[in-house]
This record gives sequence, structure tokens and C-alpha cells, in this order.
Amino acid sequence: MSSITTRDVPRGFTAAEYMTCLTGIVWREGLRFLHQRERFVSALVRPLVWLFIFAAGFRQVLGISIIPPYETYILYEVFIAPGLMAMIQLFNGMQSSLSMVYDREMGNMRTLLVSPLPRGFLLFCKLLAGTAVSLLQVYAFLIIAWFWDITPPPIGYLTVLPALILSGLMLGSLGMLISSGIKQLENFAGVMNFVIFPMFFASSALYPLWRVQEGSPYLYYVCQANPFTHAVELIRFALYGQINWISLAVVGACTIVFMIGAIFAYDPSRGLARRGPAGGEG
Amino acid sequence: MTSPAPIAEPHKTPRPDPAAVPALSIDSVSHAYGPRRALTDVSFNVQPASFTALLGLNGAGKSTLFSLITRLFGIQTGRVGIFGHDVSKSPGEALRLLGVVFQPRTLDLDLSLTQNLLYHAALHGISRREAATRSAELLGRIGLEDRAGSKVRDLSGGQMRRLEIARALLHRPRLLLLDEPTVGLDVKARADIISHVRQLVTEQGIGVLWATHLFDEIMPSDDLVVLHQGKVLARGPMNRVITEAGALDVNTAFMRLTGAQVMPGGGA
Repeated sequence: MSSITTRDVPRGFTAAEYMTCLTGIVWREGLRFLHQRERFVSALVRPLVWLFIFAAGFRQVLGISIIPPYETYILYEVFIAPGLMAMIQLFNGMQSSLSMVYDREMGNMRTLLVSPLPRGFLLFCKLLAGTAVSLLQVYAFLIIAWFWDITPPPIGYLTVLPALILSGLMLGSLGMLISSGIKQLENFAGVMNFVIFPMFFASSALYPLWRVQEGSPYLYYVCQANPFTHAVELIRFALYGQINWISLAVVGACTIVFMIGAIFAYDPSRGLARRGPAGGEG
Repeated sequence: MTSPAPIAEPHKTPRPDPAAVPALSIDSVSHAYGPRRALTDVSFNVQPASFTALLGLNGAGKSTLFSLITRLFGIQTGRVGIFGHDVSKSPGEALRLLGVVFQPRTLDLDLSLTQNLLYHAALHGISRREAATRSAELLGRIGLEDRAGSKVRDLSGGQMRRLEIARALLHRPRLLLLDEPTVGLDVKARADIISHVRQLVTEQGIGVLWATHLFDEIMPSDDLVVLHQGKVLARGPMNRVITEAGALDVNTAFMRLTGAQVMPGGGA
């Protein structure tokens, strides 16, 4: 180490350095996830309860007509599977983003942010790492769901991947934007009540939107405006090897807007410092 | 192509005169949280290969200053430079030269020692192979090579601190910041860490800024910055600060400068 005599520093960063940083952050998030088995189990139990109990009870109540991307009559379980996949990502996005704000107080975000790479890139890596964790959860869910007769075409398991990455990034950015910007939503209970439940229920996750329209036109418009609806539809179509262009556009645009907003809001020099020093420092 | 060129070769910044450029320069820095002023017109330098003690009570503004140097918070007024690189304007260059040990523990307790080091190396864009070599070397230096695969959770407080210092040195910084690194450690662990850091100054020429409120960690050869209620009350070589305060030891000097009640036992 003592061989360094120069104080010259390279200006900027090479593509290899960016890649090393990205893989390092994703790798660490994966390792941490493997050490938190309870988090994995609870992430799986939640959608499975919906699938095994709620869907079984509801299949007689709610008849589903043939709507794209389905080509035949389907069971209610099959219909809500994409919604439950998106729900896994919704919970994961909110949880990991809250932990970023929480982490900052714990000091872990300090380790991240003292990296010389651009802060926006570091936060993007962090969001991508959170999305990678949600992918593990979603695919574990899909494996169990397969035994429950939710059997999309084999190619669907591959074509759904880009859709999941995009929706994971959108929901993670949204979580980060919310937890950075809204002080009142510092705990998970608040986020559940004010973000997760409204987004989940006012969407096409549990019922087709034409059904909603029959019941309440206003709720239909709310559902249409809900980015989560489009995440669900993007996943639903991708799982059957199709692209829902409108949903893709909405999810893509929302991802960009939320991510820029989140990176801007997270910057402690632009507003967060108003809260005062984190973690009770002096 | 006879020999591989160093990676840093293609784009170098003009080399400043090393003697003239301080490792760390804090220039008229003020910071406020809303109406509450945390720092007022703070200025001082840390020279390369020197040990500078930042002395202040809890709440003096030490951690705010650290947050500004590490660009966790944006700088409101003033300038912070690391070897001449402005932290606000070129944070990448500045942070490459900086190693930090924060006051709260920032290790991943469930990951192994090596995994913690590799993660930090990745954050600095250091390739996996190079990172593995450096990690092994640094773990050997702090005497924890046989614990490389254990979880950090199983280490003692002193071992964790040594690991954090090793981690801060992984990207070979030229300036090391430590925020009250010995808090909560026993006498032996404290002495080990202090001597290790002082060794880095003499053997490797690293500039060290050591924030503390424990007077017995300071030596006569050190530079001293006394921070109180966000203002620098005195700075310079320790002996000069003591003399100018009309005192015989650092304890009394600090008391005279701040008007604070100093508790027995060397701490404030």
C-alpha cells in the first residue's frame, strides 16, 4: 500500500468500474436476502394465502369471460396470478425503499453514498438490486402456482422477465419517492394503509376492469389512472408472450418519472437536510 | 506494448504541488438545519502525513462536518477540498482519495468479513480479483485473517472497528476520517486502534482527521482543532493551542476555551 506516491486521481469512471459497482450492490442485496429467510417466507405466504384461500372462495362468485390475453375460459386463480405477482413486487418495492431511508439512519446508506461514483447511479443500482430480489420471490411464487394449475406457456416464464424488471423498478422508485418525500409515511403500517391497499384494490389485480366499469364508472377511471393496473396488465400479457403496448408505455413513463423524482428527493442536500441530521448525530 | 500501462494513465488531472496542497481543506464552511445553525464559518486544514484531532463535545458539529466532507449533505456555504478537489464540484475525484470510519457501525453483521470488504471494493469499482487480494492483505494486517469467513456479528467491538478501518483503507485513500472511533471500546482495544492509525500516518503518509471528545487520545505532536457550538475556537499544533489558552494541559485549555465543565477522567 505504501507504494502509492502520486496524488493524481483518474477523472471520471470507466465502464468496467460502473459494472463492478452495479454487480457488487446486487450481489450484496442477494446475500442479505438469503440471510433473511423470514422475509422470503412472508413474501411468499402473502400471495399464496390470496391464491389458495381468497381465489378458491371467490371463483364461484366471479365469472370471468374470455378477455385478452386469455384465449379460453379461465379459472379465477389463473386470472389473479399476475396481480399477485405484481403484489409481491409492490410489497418488496415499498419494503426495500423504506429500508433505504431506515438504512440511512442505521448508517448502511452512508457506506453506499461515500462511494465516489455518481449518487444517481448508486441509487439506481440499489433499486435494481431490490428488483432482483423481487424476481426471486416472483419466480418462487410461479413455481408453487404451477402445482396449483396456473400453467402459462413455457415461453411465458421468459417473456415475463423484462416486464417484471420494469414493473419492479417502477414500484421500487415509487417507494423511494414516497419514503423520501412524505415524512408521515415513515413506518410500514402507514404505507400499507395509504399506498399499498389503495393501489392494489383500485387496480385490475383482483377483477377485470370491465366488471369494475359495470359497478362504478368512477372507480373504473381511478383504476385506469393507477400505474399499478398497468404493471399488472403488462405482467399479465407478458406471461402469455404478448405485449400490452399501452401498459408498457405507462409503466415505462412512470418508471422514468418516479426514478428521477426519487433520486432528486433522496439527495440530502435538496430537502432532506431540512429534517436535521439523521440518526441523532450532533 | 512492452508493459501494461497503469489504468489511471489516460486521464489524469494536472498534478498539484504535493507540498502545497493540504489533504483536507475546510474553508469558511457554515451549515444550518432550518433556523438552527450547526456550523459557523469553520476553517482548518489537515496536512498529508499528519494526525489532526478534532476536539469537541457531543453536539459541537463534528458529525455534521463529517456529513459535509463525505457529501452526504450538500454544502450550503464555504468550500471543502480533498487534495485540491472540490467535494461539491468533483465529488468523484475527491471521494476516491477519502476513507471514512463513521461513528455508528456500518458493517453488514450477517455477512462475512471478506464479503463486507468485497462489497466496499465494488462500490469503488475495484475488480473482484484485485479486491480479493487487497482484502486478504488487509485482514492479515489487522490480525483477523483466520476469521475471514466468519460473520461480522461474531466479532468483538474492537475487532469490528479494526475491520472498519481496514475497509476504509481498501481503496488506498490518502485521507482518513474517523468519527469517535473508540467510543464503547475497552482500554486495550482503544490503544490498539490508536496505535494502528498513528502507524498509518508515519508509515504511509496518510492524513488523518480524528474526531474525539477524549483528551487522552491526543499527543503533543498532533494538530488540534477545537470545535465548540459549531465554531472553531482554536487550531494549530497542540502545544501552541495550550500555550495560547494560558493552560498547562489540553484538559484545562479546552475548559478555558469553551467554558465547559470538564469531568474527571480525561473525558468531556
